[in-house]
Amino acid sequence: MTVTSSNSPSHSHGADIKVVPLQAPRLTTEAPILTARGVSRQFGAVTALKDVDVTLYPREVLGIVGESGSGKSTLLRMLNLEDQPDSGDYTLSLPEYAGQNLFTLTRFERRQLRVRHIGIVYQNPYLGLRMKNSSSGNVAERLVLAGERTFATLREAGKVSLAASEFPLTRMDDPPIQLSGGMQQRVQLAKAIALRPALLLLDEPTTGLDVSVQALVLDTLRRLRRERGMAMIVVSHDLGVIRTLADRVMVMRHGQVLEHGLVDQVLDDPQHPYTQQLVHAKL
Amino acid sequence: MTLLEVRQYSKSFVLHQTERVIPAFQDLTFGLNPGEFLLVAGPNGAGKSTLLRALYRTYRPTSGEALYSSAYGPVDLASAADIDIMRLRREEMGMVSQFLRPRPRVSALELVAEPLLEAGEEHAMERAEGFLDAFGLKRDLWAAYPTTFSGGEQQKVNLARALIRPSRLLFLDEPTASLDRQARAALLSRLAELKAGGTAFMGVFHHPEDVAELIDRTLQLAAFLPGNEETMGEGADHVA
Repeated sequence: MTVTSSNSPSHSHGADIKVVPLQAPRLTTEAPILTARGVSRQFGAVTALKDVDVTLYPREVLGIVGESGSGKSTLLRMLNLEDQPDSGDYTLSLPEYAGQNLFTLTRFERRQLRVRHIGIVYQNPYLGLRMKNSSSGNVAERLVLAGERTFATLREAGKVSLAASEFPLTRMDDPPIQLSGGMQQRVQLAKAIALRPALLLLDEPTTGLDVSVQALVLDTLRRLRRERGMAMIVVSHDLGVIRTLADRVMVMRHGQVLEHGLVDQVLDDPQHPYTQQLVHAKL
Repeated sequence: MTLLEVRQYSKSFVLHQTERVIPAFQDLTFGLNPGEFLLVAGPNGAGKSTLLRALYRTYRPTSGEALYSSAYGPVDLASAADIDIMRLRREEMGMVSQFLRPRPRVSALELVAEPLLEAGEEHAMERAEGFLDAFGLKRDLWAAYPTTFSGGEQQKVNLARALIRPSRLLFLDEPTASLDRQARAALLSRLAELKAGGTAFMGVFHHPEDVAELIDRTLQLAAFLPGNEETMGEGADHVA
């Protein structure tokens, strides 16, 4: 609870008490790596996303929390250019795409960009991997798509990437179907980072794993972030995962962002009634 | 020149479910100079820890400003953008709390070295070893996971981690609780070293006598009771 260090409650109805509003960044001169504005998407009568803004700075980890149906995974798919919104702007600070709204790219261009600059790890490894191909082959596929053809180079690059994901190289020729859940996530991660993307997207990356395995995968992610300086967006309903990994967090519900802020602040001094419920339900 | 100039700082918690407002402190005004050690004193529930957290921005203040002279120019901690606060926390502003948040499968040594590694500094492991040694954590435990440590051992790891990088402004939230004699001595010597280097401190202590030789001034907070709100605030700052 946030109130442990405070004292006697008063009973005035003061839901109108506001916190000091925040200013635009002044000390940080770096431009965001990712800027999305006004992203909206309607599926029939269902509002999946409504006017969502996302800003992500270089080397930053942004968490997105919310219950199922909050729109968090839909948003991630949009940012991975798998799906298109009804409206919205999306830019990444990449020289060859400067100032372009990525939502307006052709299907082919979107795919090119995704292969080169965005890595993604799904909760369900079947979405990210060919389960019966070798693990190293899965990683190499990314490099082949990017134009690499030499077998020796592919194998070496695959090895480097698997090692960075702390995957045991003795098993690099095993297909993912024969691996544990934690190992499958490491193969997905190796594939995602093979081309050193500017942006890594993680959709419930440790959901369904044993707690100890989850801790190991989270630790690998922290190390990768430190060593490679990748910016990441991690979607999770697990506040523990978010606290461990994220610098800032966005809370979503019914396709809208209710609150965002520093991860310790949102979890320890949540402002929105829904976030207060969410945090207290977990503690 | 003042490092931190706090004006009319207030924090109340709003609990929506019960529609209650819980005031923590109100209209605090005080300053802090480089190299100065300010003890935050007051009875339980006066909002001492809350004040530290509202300046570190784990809590959002309700009103007021906290003008901090950062290495990049003046910035108001109450209203600075999250990304700016992140930068200050990484580079010049630290919180030393009572409890370690150990992570499974991360060794004591790695936890302590992490702030140096993240800042890309050299000899991170050797320096981390030196700190653990000074705080008296048994060498056998350096490679072990602090999740299994006793409270006192975790606290040593926590302090080593929190103090390994010099900061310009450090918030200390009861860091001496559950420390043995050697660790307390190591803590005092590190704090004195940082203070001599110009670090400013705001600290909450159960037993202020533990750090008596470091304290320059005391900020006295009054108990905040409903109905006598006027007893709080301005003029609370007095020289000890």
